[in-house]
Amino acid sequence: MEGTMQGDDLAAIAEKHQGSRRKYCLRTCMSAGCMSSRADAIKKGLDAEVKAQGLEGEVEVRRVGCMGFCGLGPLVGLDGMKEREILFEHVTPEDAPAIIRAVQAKDHGLQVADPDHPFFSKQMRVVRANGGIIDPERIEDYVAANGYRALYHVLTDIRPAEVVEEITRSGLRGRGGAGFPTGLKWGTVAKSPGARKFVVCNGDEGDPGAYMDRSILESDPHLVLEGMAIAAYAVGADQGFLYVRAEYPLAISRLQTAIRQAKQLGLLGGGIFETPFTFNVDIRIGAGAFVCGEETALMASVEGRRGTPRPRPPFPAERGLWGCPTLINNVETFANIVPIINRGAAWYAGIGTERSKGTKVFALTGKVQNNGLIEVPMGITLRQIVEEMGGGAIGGAKVKAVQTGGPSGGCIPAEYLDTSVDYESLTKLGSIMGSGGMVVMDDSTNMVEIARFYMDFCRDESCGKCIPCRAGTVQMFELLEKILSRKATARDIAMLEELCDLVKHTSLCGLGQTAPNPVLSTLRFFRNEYTELLQPEPAGECAASGQ
Amino acid sequence: MTAHASGDKRFKILEAHIKKFQARQDALIEVLHKAQELFGYLEDDLLLFVAHRLKLPPSRVYGVATFYHFFCLKPQGAHTCVVCLGTACYVKGSAKVLAAAEAAAGIKSGETTPDSQLSLLTARCIGACAIAPAVVYDGQVAAKQTPEMVLAQLEKWREPCKATT
Ligand SMILES: Cc1cc2nc3c(=O)[nH]c(=O)nc-3n(C[C@H](O)[C@H](O)[C@H](O)COP(=O)(O)O)c2cc1C
Ligand code: SF4
Ligand code: FES
Repeated sequence: MEGTMQGDDLAAIAEKHQGSRRKYCLRTCMSAGCMSSRADAIKKGLDAEVKAQGLEGEVEVRRVGCMGFCGLGPLVGLDGMKEREILFEHVTPEDAPAIIRAVQAKDHGLQVADPDHPFFSKQMRVVRANGGIIDPERIEDYVAANGYRALYHVLTDIRPAEVVEEITRSGLRGRGGAGFPTGLKWGTVAKSPGARKFVVCNGDEGDPGAYMDRSILESDPHLVLEGMAIAAYAVGADQGFLYVRAEYPLAISRLQTAIRQAKQLGLLGGGIFETPFTFNVDIRIGAGAFVCGEETALMASVEGRRGTPRPRPPFPAERGLWGCPTLINNVETFANIVPIINRGAAWYAGIGTERSKGTKVFALTGKVQNNGLIEVPMGITLRQIVEEMGGGAIGGAKVKAVQTGGPSGGCIPAEYLDTSVDYESLTKLGSIMGSGGMVVMDDSTNMVEIARFYMDFCRDESCGKCIPCRAGTVQMFELLEKILSRKATARDIAMLEELCDLVKHTSLCGLGQTAPNPVLSTLRFFRNEYTELLQPEPAGECAASGQ
Repeated sequence: MTAHASGDKRFKILEAHIKKFQARQDALIEVLHKAQELFGYLEDDLLLFVAHRLKLPPSRVYGVATFYHFFCLKPQGAHTCVVCLGTACYVKGSAKVLAAAEAAAGIKSGETTPDSQLSLLTARCIGACAIAPAVVYDGQVAAKQTPEMVLAQLEKWREPCKATT
């Protein structure tokens, strides 16, 4: 049926798929986190047990993507029970018989998660709505969950300019870090003259300590593909590239599967839904360079070159891949498009704060009780996230700071936990929203060491193209080493601050421009930790040489 | 036509992969990924082969291969142990895990033991942050690792016959 898909066909696929559903469904997380604890053996065990008990007609064992509470994994969810779903935690392959007993409403004696826990109840699932629910390797599952309707609607009922307007009205801002208004970017690409245009999805996710994009790609790949297709229609592109880092092999293989299936059903390729619209997507695999997350470096990498940034303007929206106008958005940005089209810009703009709309996915990690992925409305406070959802620091320790924005961000001290999570508030505190990494640090953390840790990272990842960043990160790293080895004086701190200022204002790309942020923010809020390590200033040169 | 004078079959597979991309020069990184997957590492002869087939100057191929951390130009050990040093793993003590592995293996991260049995590497986040500290043993991610656990795994590799699990 290649290329002959229509709206009715979507309904037919969904209906047929619904018919194959069973009374009970055992959703087994097969995302990267749980896979590392033998989730594949768990699924096999469940399949075998269902078969052994002759329950195939009643129980479906489904592979699903990330359910979020990764710290409790491996997770298995059970739907179809009289009351509510049951979520088994810390499951082992040996638990299969007990889980089947639970299906039969018998005693099972397994550990289950509390669905009323704030970790779940405070979430608002918009982009992660299908995560942990559908099988990411079956397009029918996505279609049955209303998938590809937004694309159908857009292609058959709305003009490209109206799509751009809708996204603009929603107030969506880029989720890759900088928070640039998405509608404005789409409008620029749409208006840029060019015989050919491209759409690029940035799945480089370089922030160490963050895995939101990985989870979206692994759990709901079609959501991103559909968002990209809608974007391509809106800006007039016919080719897309999905840039994924090589560290994410499962995400890559699920995307390959998704693209193949979408092509088979005619949802990618030529003449989609019998309209003139053509769109193809190719995957490009990164090769372990953080700087390739920067948009101009990413484009160089897609073209098969060394991933070094170039000055902007010209912006990719005007001159991008092979000199053509190119739209680059983050994975989560694209994942927001389908919900906006389906439920309307007004609905979306109703979530969040005045200037930060919608939800944001965070990877809550570090020294916090409950580790995992959460999707929350913008405007929630850090305290609600860290203390209520996260359950506070581990083992009765005190939360000292929350790091957001990775190597480009900063550490927000515990006194500011009542800050609202939105682009402006976090920037005011010397951090950034970033892509969604949120690493909690407790009172045993040495903040100068954290500053050194990030500077080490930036020093390693600097592409070396411009001097302030190439040489400055090395100098700053060495000053931090000197401070940590208790050999520095107040003058070294002054020098460090001067260097921060210089590197921030003279580097070519965002990597260098933001590399000083972790130092500046720890100096701002934890200056005493630096000064405690200092040596007294020698009492003037003459005195020193005199004796 | 043989793909490579040596007659090594892996060159044929690589050749087929290059054809899949119509020998496009912008597929260089894709081709290098495949080459590394097939050969384990990128030696000079292999880089020259790729340069020749994509009609690219060897300097360009070498420049790309050395720019990206993922590509290695030296042979790796029979086993690889990758300790994540991303932020989430770092605050949960991955530096101690790495130090234990370095001490036990007698090498620094980035090196391979003289008997070519083990390569010790580090990563900047592999996306398993909720189960930090994460270590990847021969491509298999392991959750919540401690120095004792990494030592046990290294020991197991050293004496495969005596392994219990
Ligand atoms: C050093 C550096 C690394 C970056 N890494 C990423 C990344 O991993 N993922 C991402 O989406 N954006 C990253 N960005 C931001 C991109 O340059 C770009 O702004 C973004 O992909 C635009 O998409 P958005 O508007 O949807 O956020 C990075 C920027 C810099 C300067
Ligand atoms: S700021 Fe750093 S990463 Fe960016 S271009 Fe300059 S050297 Fe390269
Ligand atoms: S920080 Fe180690 S997996 Fe993310």
